[in-house]
Amino acid sequence: MGSFADQLLVLVMLINFVLLGSSRMAFCIRAVAVQGVVLGILPGIIHPFSFHLATITVSIILAKGVIIPYLIDNAVRKTQIKREIEPFLGYVPTLVLGAVFTSLAFVFALKLPLAPEHQDLLFVPASIATLMTGFLVLTTRKKAISQVIGYLVLENGIFIFGLLLTEAMPVMVEAGALLDLLVGIFVMGIVINHISREFSSIDTSRLQALKEE
Amino acid sequence: MILSVFVSIPLLGALIAWVIPDNRVRPYVLPVVGLSHLAMTAWLLGNAPPQSPGGWIWLDPLGKIVLLCISLLFTVCAVYAVGYLGYRQERSNRVLCMGLLTCLSAMTLVTICQHLGLLWVAVETTTVTMAPLIYFNHNARSIEATWKYLLICSVGIALALLGLLFLAYSTHVAHREATLLLGPLMFSAPELNQGWLHAAFIFLLVGYGSKMGLAPLHTWKPDAYGEAPGLVGALLAGGLVNCAFLAILRVYQICLASVTEVIFFQKALIGMGLLSMAIAAIFMARQADFKRMLAYSSVEHVGILAIGLGLGKGALFGALFHLLNNGLTKGVLFLSSGNIHRSYSHKTTDVVRGALTRLPWSGGLFLAGFIAITGSPPFSPFLSEYSIVSSAFIEGQYAVGGLFLLFLTVVFIGMALTVLPLVMGEPTPNLEPTDYRDRLLTVGPPFFMMLVVLLLGVWPPEFLLQLLRDGAALLEVRS
Repeated sequence: MGSFADQLLVLVMLINFVLLGSSRMAFCIRAVAVQGVVLGILPGIIHPFSFHLATITVSIILAKGVIIPYLIDNAVRKTQIKREIEPFLGYVPTLVLGAVFTSLAFVFALKLPLAPEHQDLLFVPASIATLMTGFLVLTTRKKAISQVIGYLVLENGIFIFGLLLTEAMPVMVEAGALLDLLVGIFVMGIVINHISREFSSIDTSRLQALKEE
Repeated sequence: MILSVFVSIPLLGALIAWVIPDNRVRPYVLPVVGLSHLAMTAWLLGNAPPQSPGGWIWLDPLGKIVLLCISLLFTVCAVYAVGYLGYRQERSNRVLCMGLLTCLSAMTLVTICQHLGLLWVAVETTTVTMAPLIYFNHNARSIEATWKYLLICSVGIALALLGLLFLAYSTHVAHREATLLLGPLMFSAPELNQGWLHAAFIFLLVGYGSKMGLAPLHTWKPDAYGEAPGLVGALLAGGLVNCAFLAILRVYQICLASVTEVIFFQKALIGMGLLSMAIAAIFMARQADFKRMLAYSSVEHVGILAIGLGLGKGALFGALFHLLNNGLTKGVLFLSSGNIHRSYSHKTTDVVRGALTRLPWSGGLFLAGFIAITGSPPFSPFLSEYSIVSSAFIEGQYAVGGLFLLFLTVVFIGMALTVLPLVMGEPTPNLEPTDYRDRLLTVGPPFFMMLVVLLLGVWPPEFLLQLLRDGAALLEVRS
């Protein structure tokens, strides 16, 4: 059971690299959707079956795999932005940075005072690596949609860590968090739309009217 | 049970606001909900129900203080909204009304919940519901502000979630039942794994600190406060800030119980607080945009709150009192600045001058609010700031106390340089006329709030002082 979960986590980390290396929006959105579905399957593997678990699995797959990608896809279609051109930092450097962060995540996870039953699993390194990938995407990309994708990846990283402690998070809180994420992405989608209408671009580097003189 | 009704009343109001088709009738839902919310708050302050069976819901003294501030501020803003939206009939106010009411519901939930996970969900909800309100003016500048606000606060809150998970993990490593309930966490705090606890507190402070606008995480604040309508600014500065501060107070409670971590947390709070005040003092000087100036004033005052909390002991009372004073005074300033903005349709001091002749009431309120917020007697912020700074000196923290006074002085001068010409300067000739006039509905609410601030400064009611003392007692080191 542990090894299958580990394979899935490796898949999650591979998707991180796909996100870092690709400039095509549509492709990135699919990749995040796949990552979301994988994350939805994970709790089912590591915990014994229960009603609580089934609800979580279904709602995560629905939210992260279907609804959120649909919302972002919608924004892409309306704004007609297909590619991330000229990020603040090129694709090769971000990929290299991603690799560095991922390996550091493994080193770092070894030093953490983990509970004995979590020592040999990939959860913690995968969580840190995904978190860092999210940050990397957030800070190096200019397009608003790429930044939303970065935020999602960041959230996914946090979610992986949360898998170690499903018992601490009651269903109500988990559902609330997921709902907040959904509404948040929905609002971001609308805002992106308005940005593109107002600036005829969704380059966030153009958002610089507000600053101190 | 009564508390769940309490949370759902504003939601019901939001539904009603959604159904009402008429743009002129819809804003009246706000004061109706606000007044009933205030009435329930007043009742609950005296007869708080006991803790719910699972321990999730409980209105403790800290929650009561924040609830009182939010409820009062919202009601005043709600009455003001009727007058304000009367001038903004060119735009549908459906989203605004629904957003305000949903946000009130989420803020109420923040004050009554004792489960840190649920608290997080509620804080995140307030973040999301405020975003469309900042965008009310639908122009390029407001969309920029909304995007920055949404992204920075969402990422910040996500980091707070990571901090919560670390907190839960520290219970797991210590072989306790993993939980995020405040009571059990405080009970088992001394035995939890210190490494994880430390990491948890850092992430929680960064996360909620960015929501609160503590420097260096304040960058979204001037933009959002500057572009949002005055009444939204008032709720951001007096409502959301206090919700985030309450979240930090909850974290502080666990810190206290863990004994070892509290020194670090206090130092971090004092450091961030002083940095906030310093940055506010720097950027306030020669600030031409008076709404951005108010945003920096908010950065300054969250700094004061953080310093009060970091100093502990006698300053706790001052910090909790200041939470209330800052919220209400900021309300006065934002509402009156909204009026001035409406009347001049500009918000920079090169055009806006001599508000006292053009708008005697709003201009006067703005001036009075300025005098109050900079900590001059007889208004109540003087009392709370005085109590913080005096306890800094009593505790022997001379450097903190000295810097505190220095920054207050610089802020006072910087703010006066913007406010005084704005209010009392020579009126700009040849201004284009606007249809805004001071009326009872747009001036009465901030005037009322100003009176409350004055009253709290001259004669603070005994029940409030008792409440503040009870709240401070929850935050004191027990040894």
